[in-house]
Amino acid sequence: MFDALSERFERLGTSLRSRGRLSDADLDEALAEVRGALLEADVELGVVRAFLDAVRERLSGDALSQSLSPGQQVIKAVHEQLIEVLGGSALKVTYASKPPTVILLAGLQGAGKTTTAAKLAAWFKQQGRQPYLIAADLQRPAAVEQLRVLGSQVGVDVFSEPSSPLNVARHGLKEATRLGRDVVIIDTAGRLSIDEALMDEVRAISKATSPHYTFLVIDAVTGQDAVVTARAFHETLALSGIIVTKLDYDARGGAVLSARGVVGRPVVFASTGEKMEDFELFHPDRMASRILGMGDVLSLIEQAEQRMDADVVAESAGRMMSGTFTLDDFLAQLNQVRKMGSLGGIMKMMPGVTKEMRSAANNVDEGELNKVEAIIRSMTKRERREPVIIDGSRRTRIARGSGTSVSAVNQLLKQFNDMRKMMRQMSGGAMPSMPGMGRMANMAAKAQRGDALPPGFEALGAGMKAGQPVRGGGKNKKKKGGRVTPPKQR
Amino acid sequence: MIVAIIVVAVVLVVGITVVVARRRRRGRVASASPPRAAMPTVLVTELTERPSLDVATLAQRLGSSRGVFERVRSLSGVGALSAEQFEVVEEVLLRSDVGVATTTMILDNLRVNGAPDGVANAVRASLLDSLTADRSVTTTAQNGRVPVWLFVGVNGVGKTTTIGKLAKRQIDEGRSVVLAAGDTFRAAAADQLEQWATRTGADIVRSAEGADPGSVVHDALGRAAARGADMVLADTAGRRSNSTNLLDELSKVRRVADREPGQVVETFMVLDATTGQNALSQAREFLAAADVTAIVLTKLDGTARGGIVVAIERDLGIPVKFVGIGEGVDDLIAFNPGDFVDSLLAI
Repeated sequence: MFDALSERFERLGTSLRSRGRLSDADLDEALAEVRGALLEADVELGVVRAFLDAVRERLSGDALSQSLSPGQQVIKAVHEQLIEVLGGSALKVTYASKPPTVILLAGLQGAGKTTTAAKLAAWFKQQGRQPYLIAADLQRPAAVEQLRVLGSQVGVDVFSEPSSPLNVARHGLKEATRLGRDVVIIDTAGRLSIDEALMDEVRAISKATSPHYTFLVIDAVTGQDAVVTARAFHETLALSGIIVTKLDYDARGGAVLSARGVVGRPVVFASTGEKMEDFELFHPDRMASRILGMGDVLSLIEQAEQRMDADVVAESAGRMMSGTFTLDDFLAQLNQVRKMGSLGGIMKMMPGVTKEMRSAANNVDEGELNKVEAIIRSMTKRERREPVIIDGSRRTRIARGSGTSVSAVNQLLKQFNDMRKMMRQMSGGAMPSMPGMGRMANMAAKAQRGDALPPGFEALGAGMKAGQPVRGGGKNKKKKGGRVTPPKQR
Repeated sequence: MIVAIIVVAVVLVVGITVVVARRRRRGRVASASPPRAAMPTVLVTELTERPSLDVATLAQRLGSSRGVFERVRSLSGVGALSAEQFEVVEEVLLRSDVGVATTTMILDNLRVNGAPDGVANAVRASLLDSLTADRSVTTTAQNGRVPVWLFVGVNGVGKTTTIGKLAKRQIDEGRSVVLAAGDTFRAAAADQLEQWATRTGADIVRSAEGADPGSVVHDALGRAAARGADMVLADTAGRRSNSTNLLDELSKVRRVADREPGQVVETFMVLDATTGQNALSQAREFLAAADVTAIVLTKLDGTARGGIVVAIERDLGIPVKFVGIGEGVDDLIAFNPGDFVDSLLAI
């Protein structure tokens, strides 16, 4: 599961891999690798040090598990510590007894404050509140205009006037009270933390409006500077929480850990895209995985549950495992997977997928998938069930029917056959061999040996092996952000 | 390959879903696991107790009020470096966001070559060795075509502001400029650029929000050609660098800008100095999609140092040509490697 880190440990090639006790030397070596991984993820150096100390303590305090190799123990400790630090105490938004509840947003230029303000307003609206937006960023040209446009998109009124930021905030608050709005969100000018004038301005706004919550908006691609920023704002404003933006980027997002470490306040929301609905409560466990460079399995599951038809998938998956997989099943699966978004996106969230696979998946465009679908749809029912009967003349017909070429049909059939063979081998317990799938093969093999796979994967391995269809599985009551309980160690 | 990819995706997704469903059912039968107790935030207490976190207190720890590097500077020419010296150099470099790889390279250099002229000079020389690319800026196109500067980058790095400042610079140098408001995605982005046009006296071509950015650029080229303008500065919407669709769109805008009567002579990737290691992947993707020729490093007047550009220039050969150092219209200067390295090291 912890791709980056496990790979590093594998490179070490020491006693970390074998079972046994964790010596001090092992630990030093392992923690040096953890340090590298965290630094590459942009966690600030000081935070890294404090974090490593905590991990070391955790490892020396815990009774060491016999069933895990030293490397796995370290990984487990790192992950737990990360979740603990990122999760910590959660912030529960309570509403002021005398409305409106005032929320102030602060942050550096370009962190995404204005967009976040609108998303936050939309979120409150969804909670049945009546939010009101105040555009107090008079610094950046057209920032007010931007908030107005976004406000109208989410159906929330925006207040502004060409006076001073302080007056805008004051008058906006008064207006909100007059209109009977119960949540007020104030967007302030972006600033460089060293800019005293702007810091004074936001301090003055904070004093004048006495916000119930002050959120720091921080960008997930930020480097070492996250700590300086967070500290400066915290000293000026006494932050109540952090909102992290740009989580849809491929950055590891160590800045979140840095800011969390310095401010000591929870990360409350995460913004994951440009659309207004790309905004959600923060999930510490996912962030922990991300910082360590593992896939985001939980998000994937959530998406799968929301969008995939569990019956269809389970049925065809069952046939896949039993080796009676047809082109119809393949088509059904293809369509289910397409519902979840681009293949590249799915692969990105998937741990244990090699870089080559990932980039290959990225390069598959919709057109190619359409072609595959067209080819299969140009076959008769019988051809889909028994592809062996497809001879030369059938191929020509299929190619013509789908607007592709005979070689495209040939290629698809060949790949399909290879794949089916591989599936049969996999369910039969043999090692499949297919270029670019080494890791998967590895995983499957491990699962079959019953080795301790990293948390989450052990189960996946078992699922792949058994592959029993579970009807209505995806329609279970959805635990939003529910944590998957760690698998029992064997 | 495509079938394999689909199948892998299917297998993994299905496997995961099936297992989770099963687990959740099991969980219900065995009643939910006890609620997770709110854990103390160990890191936070650690932090307040660790003075070494603070740059200032770190300097104190090393017995210098003039900054960490001063201390290293003073320890010149005494043979091999001490472990402490290495540690300080490493700390300075990592904190400036140059990244683990560059830091390792520089430490290796130190180990091999020592520091005959002092540690500071040795580190400085190592960094400057990575910053040797040509930084001249092209303002002319071939055979009467209109030179185009294209601006790309992720969201919020200051593309529009940078265009405003560079337009001012070009106009000050006596060139007439047409701005193309190619950011048709972000609300009010065109308004923001228009304000810059008014402020600097540049011409601007804009279109409705949601319009095709390529068509805006195309129109701007037409306008520039018709009026005999000297150059076109084309804005694009901020986009994340890990989305194939968004990068394809950018490639298309570039192709349009490079077609008669236009010719793209510079593609600037605008990069925010606060960006960490992700900047390298941004540069790699934008280079592939839009043939980036230079970087404009913005917000360098903040506390961030933007050290990642060293890695970008070394790995990808894309030089920084301008740096943004403030919000004023004139706060954009040509990049000077010496000054930059000094500021990196002057923690």
